Amino acid sequence: MDRRWPDLFTAVPLITPDAYPPMSEQKPPIPWWRDRRVIPWLVQGVVGLAMLVVIALLVGNLVRNLTAAGLLLSWRWLGQPASFDVAESLIPFDAAMPYWRALVVGLVNSLRAIVVGLVGATLLGTAVGMTAYSGNGLVRRLGRIYVEVIRNIPLLLQLLFWYFVVFLSFGNGTEALQIPGVVLAKSGLYLAWFAEGWSWQGPQLVNGIWQAPWRFSVEFAALLTGLITYTGAFVAEVVRGGIAAVPRGQWEAATSLGLHWSQSMRSVVLPQALPVIIPGLNSQYISLAKNSALAVAVGYADLYSVAETTLNQTGRALEVFLLLLGAYLVIDLLISAVMNGLNQLVQIRER
Amino acid sequence: MLQLRRLLSASPLLLALVMGGCADEGSGGGGVQSEKMATIRSRGKLVCGVDGKLPGFSFLGPDGTYSGLDADTCRAMAAALFGDPGQVEYRDLNSSERFAALASGEVDMLARNTTKTLSRDSAGGNGISFGPTTFYDGQGMMVPAASGIASLKDLDGKPICVESGTTTELNLADRMREQGIAYTPLKFQTGDQTYAAYLGKRCVAVTSDRSQLAAKRSGFPDPDQHVLLPVVMSKEPLTPASINGDPAWADAIRWTVYALFQAEELGITQANVAEKLAEAKANTNQADLRRFLGVEGDFGKQLGLPADFVVQAVTAVGNYGEIFERNVGRASALKLDRAENRQWTDGGLIYSPPFR
Repeated sequence: MDRRWPDLFTAVPLITPDAYPPMSEQKPPIPWWRDRRVIPWLVQGVVGLAMLVVIALLVGNLVRNLTAAGLLLSWRWLGQPASFDVAESLIPFDAAMPYWRALVVGLVNSLRAIVVGLVGATLLGTAVGMTAYSGNGLVRRLGRIYVEVIRNIPLLLQLLFWYFVVFLSFGNGTEALQIPGVVLAKSGLYLAWFAEGWSWQGPQLVNGIWQAPWRFSVEFAALLTGLITYTGAFVAEVVRGGIAAVPRGQWEAATSLGLHWSQSMRSVVLPQALPVIIPGLNSQYISLAKNSALAVAVGYADLYSVAETTLNQTGRALEVFLLLLGAYLVIDLLISAVMNGLNQLVQIRER
Repeated sequence: MLQLRRLLSASPLLLALVMGGCADEGSGGGGVQSEKMATIRSRGKLVCGVDGKLPGFSFLGPDGTYSGLDADTCRAMAAALFGDPGQVEYRDLNSSERFAALASGEVDMLARNTTKTLSRDSAGGNGISFGPTTFYDGQGMMVPAASGIASLKDLDGKPICVESGTTTELNLADRMREQGIAYTPLKFQTGDQTYAAYLGKRCVAVTSDRSQLAAKRSGFPDPDQHVLLPVVMSKEPLTPASINGDPAWADAIRWTVYALFQAEELGITQANVAEKLAEAKANTNQADLRRFLGVEGDFGKQLGLPADFVVQAVTAVGNYGEIFERNVGRASALKLDRAENRQWTDGGLIYSPPFR
């Protein structure tokens, strides 16, 4: 028989009775270095040990150099007063509060952009994705143009465009762009909403300054517009792909039942497309969360922006970056977990 | 682009992580132990971290060369090290990147209008070694002339643009808190974005070092439409820096800059330095001048620099007064007065300790 390299990773007896008929009644014991039950453990042990040594070297080196530079990890600065201001915050914050509070403010701002961005991108993307199957040629082509233009331009460029070119071109006061219920000024985006006693309250000009129940900064508006249009284009492609995966017969069946286009899309096609769409959406959502860190380019006080100020003041580069890495990792893992759960729910149960 | 720059500035950190252990043994030249200077010498080039977009301090001109007070500091160092001011590789850094770039060894020194502060200097803070201050500045506030804003109080409730990662950002918070003025800080990562937002009228004011405001204003389409408020919100001593832990290299920077100060005090200029050198060589009685120009004694060797480092530096960029006038003074686009940056003999703060 031909000799082969021993398979190191499965513990199968190397010496089988067929290959080597017993020479005597008393078989000599197999030395341990040739024992197929030992070899896999040995190999993996050596590889594991080598890895541990490399990691220990790196960590040891890091600690040694950090100690030499006097920069060994320390977290006490988190409790010291931040003494800087943040442009906008959903939770109360002032400069006398500690660093950790400032970072939480940034995190909340980031989450706000991410959550609103996710919802917006999903709605926009689904709508555009469906246009690819519209009977109206104009709608179909417009959808196509949107996707091709948006997804082929870098996001950073788009954000800078939305902020500096579009949003900063609006005037203030009476020169602001006014649509019933919405006012777009350089000082912010003002939206109508219910005021006290459920009365509808639109934006009003008081002493040259707009007041409204809802106000968003233009930085937030520009970031959201950029994130939603950009991610929306990718979501549209995912949705289009999902719909394409639904067999043509389903459309025909729906039509033969007398459902018109939007009914068939909503009740027959989209539900069946979901199992294909959701895994694709997952990665788009994750990129949206990561892309939200580009907020710093348009002056929005997101986690990254606050962390940068913190880093500037404290000089704790390693700690601040560890916190940043951890925060984005957790956000992305959470999104992933939710999407995986959702994926389980929409899987077609076959009997 | 931003992300890429961030990544690039962070990657040497990782590299340093891996390779830090290998570079522990420094080799000194000429009796002076300096790992950094050995590295610079073997590389043949000084890597100098600058702003690159700030007229008067470090500005990349259309002909591809850097000009400005900070750039001249780099050139003086290169001249002192190599006898050739051209041996500089400039690295444009934004204010958030600069300390990471220095700490990781990506740049040998910073001449990037960096304010000297306690937390940046101390080993428990950024751990940076500062040289002599090359420009005494203060934080100012610029507003459109037509806005009618005359003091900080008029900024109540208004958005103010500021570059993040600067002392400016922190002073702004302190001053406004002291005076109980509510405001919205709009922070941008680069100067370009900060001033674009200001020119886009998103904020009614922009704050930075007064010299920087003057420099940026000189590049505006209509410089006359913007005024500096008559307030000085902080002390901003702009100072070249190197990393802690290499005292010999820090000394070399310190004394090369002092040499530029001292040259002005002694009346040695770019034009007459050769003449002065000849004079020193001929006249054995002028011991001070002979020592300063490296004719006598071993000041250069003590610093790990060539004996004639002062002559080289002054020949390359002139004395401090010449550097100031050329880049930021009355004759330049910035039109700044010497003010605090006069020699101590004229009542200013520019003072070189004795070359002894």
